[in-house]
Amino acid sequence: MKEKILSVIEKNSKISIEDLATVLGEKPEDVAKAIYEMERDKVICGYHTLINWNKTANEKVTALIEVKVTPQRGLGFDKIAERIYNFNEVSAVYLMSGGFDFTVIIEGKTLQEVAGFVSSKLSPLEAVISTATHFVLKKYKDHGTILVSETRGERMLITP
Amino acid sequence: MSIPLSKKVVAIKPSGIRKFFDIVVEMNDPEVISLGVGEPDFDTPWNIREEGIYSLEKGQTFYTSNSGLKELREEISAYLNRKCNVTYDPVNEILVTVGGSEAIDVGLRAMINPGDEVLIPQPSFVAYEPCVTMADGVPVIMNLKAENEFKLTKEELRGAITPKTKILILPFPNNPTGSTMDKKDLADIARVCLEHDIYVMSDEIYSELTYGSDHVSIASLPGMEERTILINGFSKGFAMTGWRLGYACGPAPLIEQMIKIHQFAIMSAPTTSQYAAVEALRNGDKYVQEMRESYNQRRKFVVNAFRKMGLDCFEPFGAFYAFPCIKSLNMTSDEFANELLKHEKVAVVPGTAFGDCGEGFLRISYAYSLEELKEATDRIARFVAYIKNNPK
Repeated sequence: MKEKILSVIEKNSKISIEDLATVLGEKPEDVAKAIYEMERDKVICGYHTLINWNKTANEKVTALIEVKVTPQRGLGFDKIAERIYNFNEVSAVYLMSGGFDFTVIIEGKTLQEVAGFVSSKLSPLEAVISTATHFVLKKYKDHGTILVSETRGERMLITP
Repeated sequence: MSIPLSKKVVAIKPSGIRKFFDIVVEMNDPEVISLGVGEPDFDTPWNIREEGIYSLEKGQTFYTSNSGLKELREEISAYLNRKCNVTYDPVNEILVTVGGSEAIDVGLRAMINPGDEVLIPQPSFVAYEPCVTMADGVPVIMNLKAENEFKLTKEELRGAITPKTKILILPFPNNPTGSTMDKKDLADIARVCLEHDIYVMSDEIYSELTYGSDHVSIASLPGMEERTILINGFSKGFAMTGWRLGYACGPAPLIEQMIKIHQFAIMSAPTTSQYAAVEALRNGDKYVQEMRESYNQRRKFVVNAFRKMGLDCFEPFGAFYAFPCIKSLNMTSDEFANELLKHEKVAVVPGTAFGDCGEGFLRISYAYSLEELKEATDRIARFVAYIKNNPK
Protein backbone atom coordinates (compact mmCIF):
# COMPACT_ATOMS: atom_id res chain seq x y z
CA MET A 1 0.00 0.00 0.00
CA LYS A 2 2.85 2.40 0.83
CA GLU A 3 4.22 2.39 -2.72
CA LYS A 4 0.73 3.06 -4.06
CA ILE A 5 0.26 5.97 -1.68
CA LEU A 6 3.59 7.41 -2.77
CA SER A 7 2.79 7.11 -6.45
CA VAL A 8 -0.38 9.16 -5.92
CA ILE A 9 0.97 11.83 -3.57
CA GLU A 10 4.16 12.25 -5.55
CA LYS A 11 2.01 13.99 -8.15
CA ASN A 12 -0.69 15.37 -5.87
CA SER A 13 0.32 15.93 -2.27
CA LYS A 14 -2.79 18.02 -1.67
CA ILE A 15 -5.15 15.06 -1.92
CA SER A 16 -7.09 14.47 1.30
CA ILE A 17 -6.58 11.29 3.32
CA GLU A 18 -10.19 10.34 2.65
CA ASP A 19 -9.93 10.72 -1.14
CA LEU A 20 -6.59 8.96 -1.11
CA ALA A 21 -8.14 6.05 0.76
CA THR A 22 -11.06 5.95 -1.70
CA VAL A 23 -8.96 5.88 -4.86
CA LEU A 24 -6.74 3.16 -3.42
CA GLY A 25 -9.62 1.16 -1.99
CA GLU A 26 -8.16 1.29 1.53
CA LYS A 27 -9.42 2.47 4.92
CA PRO A 28 -8.64 6.12 5.76
CA GLU A 29 -7.13 5.16 9.13
CA ASP A 30 -4.77 2.68 7.46
CA VAL A 31 -3.68 5.29 4.93
CA ALA A 32 -3.13 7.89 7.66
CA LYS A 33 -1.05 5.40 9.63
CA ALA A 34 1.06 4.49 6.60
CA ILE A 35 1.71 8.15 5.85
CA TYR A 36 2.63 8.81 9.46
CA GLU A 37 5.12 5.95 9.36
CA MET A 38 6.65 7.10 6.11
CA GLU A 39 7.02 10.63 7.45
CA ARG A 40 8.63 9.28 10.60
CA ASP A 41 11.04 7.09 8.62
CA LYS A 42 11.84 9.96 6.23
CA VAL A 43 10.52 8.06 3.24
CA ILE A 44 8.38 11.14 2.81
CA CYS A 45 10.85 13.99 3.34
CA GLY A 46 8.56 16.95 2.83
CA TYR A 47 5.74 18.45 0.83
CA HIS A 48 6.77 21.05 -1.69
CA THR A 49 4.88 23.26 -4.06
CA LEU A 50 5.95 23.51 -7.67
CA ILE A 51 5.94 27.22 -8.48
CA ASN A 52 6.55 28.90 -11.78
CA TRP A 53 8.24 32.00 -10.36
CA ASN A 54 8.43 33.53 -13.81
CA LYS A 55 4.73 34.18 -13.62
CA THR A 56 5.08 36.18 -10.43
CA ALA A 57 6.56 39.60 -9.75
CA ASN A 58 9.11 37.81 -7.64
CA GLU A 59 11.59 36.42 -10.17
CA LYS A 60 14.31 34.00 -9.24
CA VAL A 61 17.57 32.96 -10.76
CA THR A 62 18.55 29.32 -10.86
CA ALA A 63 22.11 28.21 -11.51
CA LEU A 64 23.55 24.78 -12.01
CA ILE A 65 27.18 24.59 -10.92
CA GLU A 66 29.58 21.85 -11.88
CA VAL A 67 32.06 21.44 -9.07
CA LYS A 68 35.33 19.51 -9.15
CA VAL A 69 36.83 18.64 -5.78
CA THR A 70 39.65 16.67 -4.20
CA PRO A 71 38.10 13.97 -2.06
CA GLN A 72 39.39 13.97 1.50
CA ARG A 73 41.26 11.00 2.79
CA GLY A 74 39.07 8.69 4.84
CA LEU A 75 36.01 10.84 4.33
CA GLY A 76 35.51 10.68 0.58
CA PHE A 77 33.05 13.04 -0.97
CA ASP A 78 30.46 13.07 1.78
CA LYS A 79 32.26 15.48 4.06
CA ILE A 80 32.77 17.98 1.26
CA ALA A 81 29.16 17.62 0.18
CA GLU A 82 28.14 18.44 3.72
CA ARG A 83 30.17 21.64 3.65
CA ILE A 84 28.31 22.62 0.51
CA TYR A 85 24.74 21.54 1.21
CA ASN A 86 24.62 23.27 4.55
CA PHE A 87 24.58 26.65 2.85
CA ASN A 88 21.01 27.95 2.75
CA GLU A 89 21.44 29.17 -0.81
CA VAL A 90 21.99 25.64 -2.05
CA SER A 91 18.80 23.87 -3.05
CA ALA A 92 20.30 20.60 -4.30
CA VAL A 93 23.59 18.74 -4.32
CA TYR A 94 24.20 15.57 -6.32
CA LEU A 95 27.36 13.44 -6.55
CA MET A 96 27.96 12.75 -10.22
CA SER A 97 29.73 10.23 -12.38
CA GLY A 98 31.74 11.62 -15.31
CA GLY A 99 33.73 14.79 -15.85
CA PHE A 100 33.02 16.55 -12.57
CA ASP A 101 32.06 15.57 -9.05
CA PHE A 102 29.10 17.55 -7.77
CA THR A 103 26.13 19.23 -9.34
CA VAL A 104 25.14 22.08 -7.07
CA ILE A 105 21.87 23.86 -7.74
CA ILE A 106 21.56 27.37 -6.37
CA GLU A 107 18.57 29.64 -6.29
CA GLY A 108 19.05 33.33 -5.76
CA LYS A 109 17.27 36.61 -6.30
CA THR A 110 19.74 38.00 -8.80
CA LEU A 111 22.64 36.95 -10.97
CA GLN A 112 24.97 38.91 -8.69
CA GLU A 113 23.76 37.12 -5.63
CA VAL A 114 24.50 33.73 -7.18
CA ALA A 115 27.85 34.87 -8.56
CA GLY A 116 28.74 36.30 -5.17
CA PHE A 117 27.95 33.03 -3.47
CA VAL A 118 30.13 31.07 -5.88
CA SER A 119 33.11 33.40 -5.58
CA SER A 120 32.95 34.06 -1.88
CA LYS A 121 31.64 30.78 -0.45
CA LEU A 122 31.91 27.87 -2.82
CA SER A 123 35.18 28.39 -4.70
CA PRO A 124 37.27 29.23 -1.62
CA LEU A 125 36.49 25.85 0.00
CA GLU A 126 39.76 24.04 0.38
CA ALA A 127 38.66 20.87 -1.41
CA VAL A 128 37.14 22.67 -4.39
CA ILE A 129 39.39 22.59 -7.45
CA SER A 130 37.14 24.33 -9.94
CA THR A 131 33.58 25.44 -10.62
CA ALA A 132 31.62 26.07 -13.80
CA THR A 133 28.39 28.01 -13.32
CA HIS A 134 25.49 27.64 -15.74
CA PHE A 135 22.50 29.92 -15.37
CA VAL A 136 19.07 28.58 -16.27
CA LEU A 137 17.51 30.74 -18.98
CA LYS A 138 14.09 29.14 -19.18
CA LYS A 139 12.36 26.27 -17.44
CA TYR A 140 10.25 24.20 -19.79
CA LYS A 141 9.48 21.30 -17.55
CA ASP A 142 10.16 20.78 -13.87
CA HIS A 143 9.47 17.75 -11.69
CA GLY A 144 7.53 16.09 -14.51
CA THR A 145 5.29 19.09 -15.06
CA ILE A 146 5.36 21.11 -18.26
CA LEU A 147 5.60 24.79 -17.28
CA VAL A 148 5.26 26.45 -20.66
CA SER A 149 1.64 26.91 -21.64
CA GLU A 150 0.49 24.72 -24.46
CA THR A 151 -2.75 24.66 -26.36
CA ARG A 152 -4.26 21.25 -25.92
CA GLY A 153 -6.84 19.50 -28.05
CA GLU A 154 -10.33 19.56 -26.61
CA ARG A 155 -12.60 16.56 -26.44
CA MET A 156 -16.17 16.92 -27.58
CA LEU A 157 -18.61 17.15 -24.68
CA ILE A 158 -20.50 13.96 -25.42
CA THR A 159 -19.29 11.01 -27.48
CA PRO A 160 -20.44 7.40 -27.72
CA MET B 1 -36.71 17.30 -57.59
CA SER B 2 -36.63 15.04 -54.62
CA ILE B 3 -33.32 14.17 -53.06
CA PRO B 4 -32.63 10.51 -53.57
CA LEU B 5 -32.50 8.79 -50.22
CA SER B 6 -32.23 5.16 -49.27
CA LYS B 7 -35.32 4.01 -47.37
CA LYS B 8 -33.15 1.70 -45.35
CA VAL B 9 -30.96 4.55 -44.13
CA VAL B 10 -33.83 6.96 -43.57
CA ALA B 11 -35.52 4.36 -41.37
CA ILE B 12 -32.53 4.19 -39.03
CA LYS B 13 -33.17 6.29 -35.97
CA PRO B 14 -30.44 8.76 -35.06
CA SER B 15 -28.26 7.92 -32.09
CA GLY B 16 -29.71 8.92 -28.71
CA ILE B 17 -26.30 10.30 -27.86
CA ARG B 18 -26.52 12.75 -30.71
CA LYS B 19 -29.76 14.19 -29.33
CA PHE B 20 -28.22 14.82 -25.96
CA PHE B 21 -25.04 16.16 -27.49
CA ASP B 22 -27.09 18.79 -29.33
CA ILE B 23 -28.78 19.87 -26.09
CA VAL B 24 -25.44 20.30 -24.34
CA VAL B 25 -23.84 22.12 -27.24
CA GLU B 26 -26.82 24.42 -27.55
CA MET B 27 -26.45 25.44 -23.90
CA ASN B 28 -22.97 26.63 -24.77
CA ASP B 29 -22.19 27.19 -21.11
CA PRO B 30 -18.54 27.08 -20.05
CA GLU B 31 -19.58 25.98 -16.57
CA VAL B 32 -20.93 22.69 -17.84
CA ILE B 33 -18.85 19.74 -16.72
CA SER B 34 -19.33 16.72 -18.90
CA LEU B 35 -18.99 13.12 -17.77
CA GLY B 36 -20.28 12.09 -21.14
CA VAL B 37 -17.15 11.42 -23.10
CA GLY B 38 -16.38 7.94 -24.37
CA GLU B 39 -12.69 8.47 -24.93
CA PRO B 40 -9.56 8.72 -22.80
CA ASP B 41 -8.57 12.10 -21.35
CA PHE B 42 -4.89 11.23 -21.76
CA ASP B 43 -2.94 12.44 -24.75
CA THR B 44 -1.46 9.67 -26.87
CA PRO B 45 1.89 8.79 -25.23
CA TRP B 46 4.62 10.94 -26.74
CA ASN B 47 6.76 8.08 -28.06
CA ILE B 48 3.79 6.98 -30.17
CA ARG B 49 3.05 10.50 -31.42
CA GLU B 50 6.73 11.04 -32.12
CA GLU B 51 6.87 7.91 -34.27
CA GLY B 52 3.90 9.21 -36.29
CA ILE B 53 5.67 12.55 -36.78
CA TYR B 54 8.89 10.77 -37.78
CA SER B 55 7.04 8.72 -40.39
CA LEU B 56 5.76 11.98 -41.91
CA GLU B 57 9.25 13.46 -41.90
CA LYS B 58 10.52 10.41 -43.74
CA GLY B 59 7.80 10.90 -46.33
CA GLN B 60 5.86 7.75 -45.50
CA THR B 61 2.74 9.29 -46.93
CA PHE B 62 1.55 6.59 -49.33
CA TYR B 63 -1.17 3.95 -49.20
CA THR B 64 -0.26 0.81 -47.36
CA SER B 65 -1.39 -2.62 -48.56
CA ASN B 66 -5.15 -3.05 -48.17
CA SER B 67 -4.87 -5.22 -45.12
CA GLY B 68 -2.39 -2.86 -43.44
CA LEU B 69 1.38 -2.57 -42.99
CA LYS B 70 2.95 -5.99 -42.77
CA GLU B 71 5.03 -4.78 -39.81
CA LEU B 72 1.90 -3.72 -37.96
CA ARG B 73 0.05 -6.96 -38.66
CA GLU B 74 3.04 -8.88 -37.31
CA GLU B 75 3.03 -6.75 -34.16
CA ILE B 76 -0.73 -7.22 -33.74
CA SER B 77 -0.30 -10.97 -34.09
CA ALA B 78 2.46 -11.02 -31.47
CA TYR B 79 0.52 -8.72 -29.15
CA LEU B 80 -2.66 -10.82 -29.25
CA ASN B 81 -0.65 -13.94 -28.70
CA ARG B 82 1.03 -12.40 -25.68
CA LYS B 83 -2.10 -10.82 -24.19
CA CYS B 84 -4.94 -13.14 -25.16
CA ASN B 85 -3.26 -16.42 -26.01
CA VAL B 86 -4.70 -16.51 -29.52
CA THR B 87 -2.83 -17.15 -32.76
CA TYR B 88 -3.50 -15.21 -35.94
CA ASP B 89 -1.43 -15.39 -39.08
CA PRO B 90 -0.36 -11.84 -39.99
CA VAL B 91 -0.44 -12.80 -43.65
CA ASN B 92 -4.13 -13.57 -44.06
CA GLU B 93 -5.96 -13.49 -40.74
CA ILE B 94 -5.61 -9.83 -39.75
CA LEU B 95 -7.16 -6.73 -41.31
CA VAL B 96 -6.16 -3.25 -40.14
CA THR B 97 -9.20 -0.96 -40.20
CA VAL B 98 -10.21 2.63 -39.61
CA GLY B 99 -11.04 2.21 -35.94
CA GLY B 100 -12.86 -0.72 -34.39
CA SER B 101 -16.02 0.80 -35.86
CA GLU B 102 -15.05 -0.02 -39.43
CA ALA B 103 -14.16 -3.55 -38.39
CA ILE B 104 -17.66 -3.99 -36.93
CA ASP B 105 -19.32 -2.67 -40.06
CA VAL B 106 -17.18 -4.58 -42.55
CA GLY B 107 -17.32 -7.77 -40.50
CA LEU B 108 -21.11 -7.73 -40.39
CA ARG B 109 -21.40 -6.90 -44.08
CA ALA B 110 -19.08 -9.76 -44.96
CA MET B 111 -21.10 -12.32 -42.99
CA ILE B 112 -24.77 -11.38 -43.16
CA ASN B 113 -27.27 -12.56 -45.76
CA PRO B 114 -30.68 -10.86 -45.83
CA GLY B 115 -32.81 -12.05 -42.95
CA ASP B 116 -29.97 -13.49 -40.86
CA GLU B 117 -30.48 -12.76 -37.19
CA VAL B 118 -27.75 -11.11 -35.18
CA LEU B 119 -27.94 -11.21 -31.41
CA ILE B 120 -27.02 -7.94 -29.71
CA PRO B 121 -26.82 -7.67 -25.94
CA GLN B 122 -27.86 -4.25 -24.66
CA PRO B 123 -27.02 -1.84 -23.10
CA SER B 124 -24.15 -1.63 -25.55
CA PHE B 125 -22.32 0.55 -28.04
CA VAL B 126 -24.67 2.45 -30.32
CA ALA B 127 -23.33 1.18 -33.66
CA TYR B 128 -24.16 -2.53 -33.58
CA GLU B 129 -27.87 -2.31 -34.28
CA PRO B 130 -27.70 0.15 -37.22
CA CYS B 131 -24.73 -1.70 -38.72
CA VAL B 132 -26.70 -4.97 -38.68
CA THR B 133 -29.67 -3.24 -40.25
CA MET B 134 -27.56 -1.65 -42.97
CA ALA B 135 -26.12 -5.07 -43.76
CA ASP B 136 -29.70 -6.40 -44.23
CA GLY B 137 -29.52 -8.46 -41.07
CA VAL B 138 -32.17 -8.60 -38.38
CA PRO B 139 -30.98 -7.27 -35.03
CA VAL B 140 -32.29 -9.31 -32.11
CA ILE B 141 -31.84 -7.47 -28.83
CA MET B 142 -31.06 -9.29 -25.60
CA ASN B 143 -31.75 -7.10 -22.58
CA LEU B 144 -29.04 -7.62 -19.98
CA LYS B 145 -29.90 -7.29 -16.33
CA ALA B 146 -28.48 -5.27 -13.50
CA GLU B 147 -28.80 -8.24 -11.14
CA ASN B 148 -26.33 -10.13 -13.37
CA GLU B 149 -24.06 -7.10 -13.38
CA PHE B 150 -24.93 -6.75 -17.06
CA LYS B 151 -23.12 -9.92 -18.07
CA LEU B 152 -24.66 -12.07 -20.78
CA THR B 153 -25.91 -15.35 -19.30
CA LYS B 154 -26.26 -18.63 -21.18
CA GLU B 155 -30.00 -18.63 -20.41
CA GLU B 156 -30.44 -15.20 -22.00
CA LEU B 157 -28.48 -16.36 -25.01
CA ARG B 158 -30.43 -19.61 -25.37
CA GLY B 159 -33.70 -17.72 -25.07
CA ALA B 160 -32.86 -15.50 -28.04
CA ILE B 161 -31.65 -18.17 -30.44
CA THR B 162 -33.85 -19.14 -33.41
CA PRO B 163 -33.08 -21.22 -36.49
CA LYS B 164 -32.17 -17.95 -38.21
CA THR B 165 -29.59 -16.90 -35.65
CA LYS B 166 -26.20 -16.51 -37.27
CA ILE B 167 -24.03 -14.15 -35.22
CA LEU B 168 -23.66 -13.13 -31.60
CA ILE B 169 -22.08 -9.75 -30.89
CA LEU B 170 -20.16 -9.93 -27.64
CA PRO B 171 -19.12 -6.49 -26.38
CA PHE B 172 -17.02 -6.96 -23.24
CA PRO B 173 -15.52 -5.09 -21.40
CA ASN B 174 -18.70 -3.18 -22.01
CA ASN B 175 -19.54 0.36 -22.95
CA PRO B 176 -21.70 1.73 -21.23
CA THR B 177 -21.93 -0.57 -18.20
CA GLY B 178 -18.27 -1.30 -17.49
CA SER B 179 -19.23 -4.95 -17.12
CA THR B 180 -16.68 -7.68 -17.89
CA MET B 181 -16.99 -11.40 -18.60
CA ASP B 182 -14.45 -13.72 -17.01
CA LYS B 183 -13.28 -17.06 -18.38
CA LYS B 184 -16.07 -19.03 -16.74
CA ASP B 185 -18.76 -16.64 -17.98
CA LEU B 186 -17.33 -16.92 -21.48
CA ALA B 187 -17.07 -20.71 -21.33
CA ASP B 188 -20.86 -20.86 -20.76
CA ILE B 189 -21.45 -18.65 -23.79
CA ALA B 190 -18.95 -20.58 -25.91
CA ARG B 191 -20.70 -23.87 -25.16
CA VAL B 192 -24.04 -22.50 -26.39
CA CYS B 193 -22.40 -21.05 -29.50
CA LEU B 194 -20.83 -24.40 -30.32
CA GLU B 195 -24.12 -26.24 -29.70
CA HIS B 196 -26.08 -23.96 -31.99
CA ASP B 197 -23.36 -23.26 -34.55
CA ILE B 198 -23.32 -19.52 -33.87
CA TYR B 199 -20.53 -17.25 -34.97
CA VAL B 200 -19.21 -14.63 -32.51
CA MET B 201 -18.18 -11.05 -33.19
CA SER B 202 -16.18 -10.20 -30.08
CA ASP B 203 -15.63 -6.46 -29.69
CA GLU B 204 -12.70 -6.23 -27.30
CA ILE B 205 -11.80 -2.57 -27.80
CA TYR B 206 -11.57 -2.08 -24.01
CA SER B 207 -9.45 -5.20 -23.43
CA GLU B 208 -6.55 -3.22 -21.97
CA LEU B 209 -8.80 -1.58 -19.41
CA THR B 210 -9.77 -4.20 -16.86
CA TYR B 211 -9.28 -3.77 -13.13
CA GLY B 212 -10.08 -7.12 -11.57
CA SER B 213 -8.41 -9.86 -13.54
CA ASP B 214 -6.83 -9.71 -16.98
CA HIS B 215 -9.09 -9.66 -19.99
CA VAL B 216 -9.96 -13.04 -21.52
CA SER B 217 -10.91 -13.33 -25.18
CA ILE B 218 -13.62 -15.82 -26.10
CA ALA B 219 -11.44 -16.68 -29.10
CA SER B 220 -8.93 -18.29 -26.73
CA LEU B 221 -11.45 -20.92 -25.58
CA PRO B 222 -11.38 -24.39 -27.20
CA GLY B 223 -13.09 -24.51 -30.57
CA MET B 224 -13.81 -20.78 -30.61
CA GLU B 225 -11.00 -19.21 -32.60
CA GLU B 226 -12.40 -20.59 -35.85
CA ARG B 227 -15.85 -19.22 -35.10
CA THR B 228 -14.91 -15.81 -33.76
CA ILE B 229 -14.05 -12.53 -35.35
CA LEU B 230 -12.01 -10.61 -32.82
CA ILE B 231 -12.21 -6.84 -33.01
CA ASN B 232 -9.85 -4.53 -31.20
CA GLY B 233 -7.99 -1.29 -31.78
CA PHE B 234 -5.80 1.44 -30.41
CA SER B 235 -8.39 4.03 -29.38
CA LYS B 236 -9.08 3.17 -25.77
CA GLY B 237 -6.08 1.33 -24.32
CA PHE B 238 -3.46 3.44 -26.07
CA ALA B 239 -5.45 6.70 -25.97
CA MET B 240 -5.44 7.01 -29.76
CA THR B 241 -9.07 7.76 -30.63
CA GLY B 242 -8.31 10.46 -33.18
CA TRP B 243 -5.84 8.26 -35.06
CA ARG B 244 -8.75 6.07 -36.15
CA LEU B 245 -7.07 2.71 -36.09
CA GLY B 246 -8.44 -0.72 -35.27
CA TYR B 247 -8.28 -4.27 -36.54
CA ALA B 248 -10.22 -7.45 -37.10
CA CYS B 249 -8.80 -10.94 -36.75
CA GLY B 250 -10.47 -14.13 -37.86
CA PRO B 251 -10.31 -17.13 -40.16
CA ALA B 252 -8.68 -16.39 -43.51
CA PRO B 253 -11.81 -16.99 -45.67
CA LEU B 254 -13.70 -14.34 -43.71
CA ILE B 255 -10.85 -11.83 -43.64
CA GLU B 256 -10.46 -12.32 -47.40
CA GLN B 257 -14.06 -11.17 -47.96
CA MET B 258 -13.69 -8.31 -45.48
CA ILE B 259 -10.62 -7.07 -47.33
CA LYS B 260 -12.74 -6.80 -50.46
CA ILE B 261 -15.21 -4.44 -48.81
CA HIS B 262 -12.42 -2.55 -47.07
CA GLN B 263 -10.40 -2.07 -50.26
CA PHE B 264 -13.37 -0.74 -52.22
CA ALA B 265 -14.73 1.49 -49.46
CA ILE B 266 -11.61 2.66 -47.64
CA MET B 267 -8.53 1.47 -49.54
CA SER B 268 -6.28 1.32 -46.50
CA ALA B 269 -6.14 2.66 -42.96
CA PRO B 270 -4.19 5.93 -42.42
CA THR B 271 -0.48 5.31 -42.96
CA THR B 272 0.76 7.71 -40.26
CA SER B 273 -1.47 6.02 -37.71
CA GLN B 274 -0.18 2.61 -38.69
CA TYR B 275 3.44 3.59 -38.11
CA ALA B 276 2.51 5.12 -34.77
CA ALA B 277 0.63 1.94 -33.85
CA VAL B 278 3.71 -0.21 -34.47
CA GLU B 279 5.46 1.84 -31.79
CA ALA B 280 2.41 1.55 -29.52
CA LEU B 281 2.60 -2.24 -29.63
CA ARG B 282 6.38 -2.40 -29.32
CA ASN B 283 6.90 0.13 -26.55
CA GLY B 284 3.52 1.09 -25.18
CA ASP B 285 2.93 -1.33 -22.31
CA LYS B 286 4.39 0.91 -19.64
CA TYR B 287 2.17 3.84 -20.58
CA VAL B 288 -0.93 1.69 -20.85
CA GLN B 289 -0.17 0.37 -17.38
CA GLU B 290 0.10 3.92 -16.01
CA MET B 291 -3.18 4.97 -17.57
CA ARG B 292 -4.90 1.82 -16.33
CA GLU B 293 -3.74 2.53 -12.78
CA SER B 294 -5.05 6.05 -13.05
CA TYR B 295 -8.45 4.90 -14.35
CA ASN B 296 -8.61 2.37 -11.57
CA GLN B 297 -8.20 5.08 -8.93
CA ARG B 298 -10.89 7.22 -10.53
CA ARG B 299 -13.16 4.20 -10.86
CA LYS B 300 -13.02 3.58 -7.14
CA PHE B 301 -13.67 7.24 -6.44
CA VAL B 302 -16.71 7.44 -8.72
CA VAL B 303 -18.36 4.21 -7.56
CA ASN B 304 -17.86 5.29 -3.97
CA ALA B 305 -19.33 8.73 -4.71
CA PHE B 306 -22.53 7.26 -6.17
CA ARG B 307 -22.93 4.79 -3.35
CA LYS B 308 -22.55 7.65 -0.87
CA MET B 309 -25.42 9.38 -2.65
CA GLY B 310 -27.52 6.32 -1.86
CA LEU B 311 -27.70 5.14 -5.47
CA ASP B 312 -27.11 1.52 -6.48
CA CYS B 313 -23.94 1.19 -8.48
CA PHE B 314 -22.50 -2.26 -9.17
CA GLU B 315 -18.75 -2.38 -9.30
CA PRO B 316 -17.63 -2.19 -12.93
CA PHE B 317 -14.37 -4.00 -13.65
CA GLY B 318 -13.76 -2.78 -17.19
CA ALA B 319 -13.65 0.15 -19.62
CA PHE B 320 -13.98 3.60 -18.00
CA TYR B 321 -17.65 3.78 -17.17
CA ALA B 322 -19.82 3.40 -14.13
CA PHE B 323 -23.52 2.69 -14.60
CA PRO B 324 -25.40 3.86 -11.52
CA CYS B 325 -29.12 3.19 -11.11
CA ILE B 326 -31.50 6.09 -10.50
CA LYS B 327 -34.75 4.12 -10.32
CA SER B 328 -35.15 5.00 -6.64
CA LEU B 329 -35.62 8.64 -7.64
CA ASN B 330 -38.73 7.99 -9.74
CA MET B 331 -37.33 9.67 -12.80
CA THR B 332 -36.51 8.40 -16.25
CA SER B 333 -32.90 8.50 -17.39
CA ASP B 334 -33.75 11.24 -19.86
CA GLU B 335 -35.46 13.37 -17.21
CA PHE B 336 -32.58 12.93 -14.83
CA ALA B 337 -29.96 13.84 -17.42
CA ASN B 338 -31.90 16.89 -18.62
CA GLU B 339 -32.72 18.15 -15.12
CA LEU B 340 -29.19 17.56 -13.91
CA LEU B 341 -27.85 19.55 -16.82
CA LYS B 342 -30.28 22.37 -16.11
CA HIS B 343 -29.84 22.51 -12.33
CA GLU B 344 -26.20 21.62 -11.81
CA LYS B 345 -24.65 21.86 -15.26
CA VAL B 346 -23.32 18.35 -15.35
CA ALA B 347 -23.73 16.37 -18.55
CA VAL B 348 -24.14 12.60 -18.27
CA VAL B 349 -25.52 10.24 -20.88
CA PRO B 350 -28.89 8.60 -20.18
CA GLY B 351 -28.65 4.79 -20.15
CA THR B 352 -31.39 4.64 -22.78
CA ALA B 353 -28.93 5.94 -25.39
CA PHE B 354 -27.49 2.40 -25.32
CA GLY B 355 -30.76 0.49 -25.57
CA ASP B 356 -34.21 0.54 -24.00
CA CYS B 357 -33.08 -1.61 -21.10
CA GLY B 358 -30.72 1.20 -20.09
CA GLU B 359 -33.78 2.96 -18.68
CA GLY B 360 -33.20 3.89 -15.06
CA PHE B 361 -29.43 4.08 -15.46
CA LEU B 362 -26.81 6.67 -16.35
CA ARG B 363 -23.52 6.22 -18.10
CA ILE B 364 -20.85 7.99 -16.12
CA SER B 365 -17.49 8.24 -17.85
CA TYR B 366 -14.57 8.51 -15.45
CA ALA B 367 -12.05 9.42 -18.13
CA TYR B 368 -11.56 12.73 -16.32
CA SER B 369 -9.12 14.09 -13.78
CA LEU B 370 -9.86 13.45 -10.13
CA GLU B 371 -10.50 17.16 -9.60
CA GLU B 372 -13.12 17.21 -12.34
CA LEU B 373 -14.72 14.04 -11.01
CA LYS B 374 -14.85 15.51 -7.52
CA GLU B 375 -16.55 18.67 -8.68
CA ALA B 376 -18.98 16.77 -10.90
CA THR B 377 -19.95 14.17 -8.28
CA ASP B 378 -20.39 16.94 -5.68
CA ARG B 379 -22.84 18.61 -8.01
CA ILE B 380 -24.65 15.35 -8.76
CA ALA B 381 -24.89 14.61 -5.03
CA ARG B 382 -26.46 18.03 -4.48
CA PHE B 383 -28.95 17.33 -7.25
CA VAL B 384 -29.83 13.86 -5.92
CA ALA B 385 -30.39 15.30 -2.45
CA TYR B 386 -32.62 17.97 -3.96
CA ILE B 387 -34.70 15.38 -5.84
CA LYS B 388 -35.04 13.26 -2.71
CA ASN B 389 -36.29 16.26 -0.75
CA ASN B 390 -38.63 17.40 -3.49
CA PRO B 391 -40.16 14.23 -4.89
CA LYS B 392 -42.53 14.60 -7.79
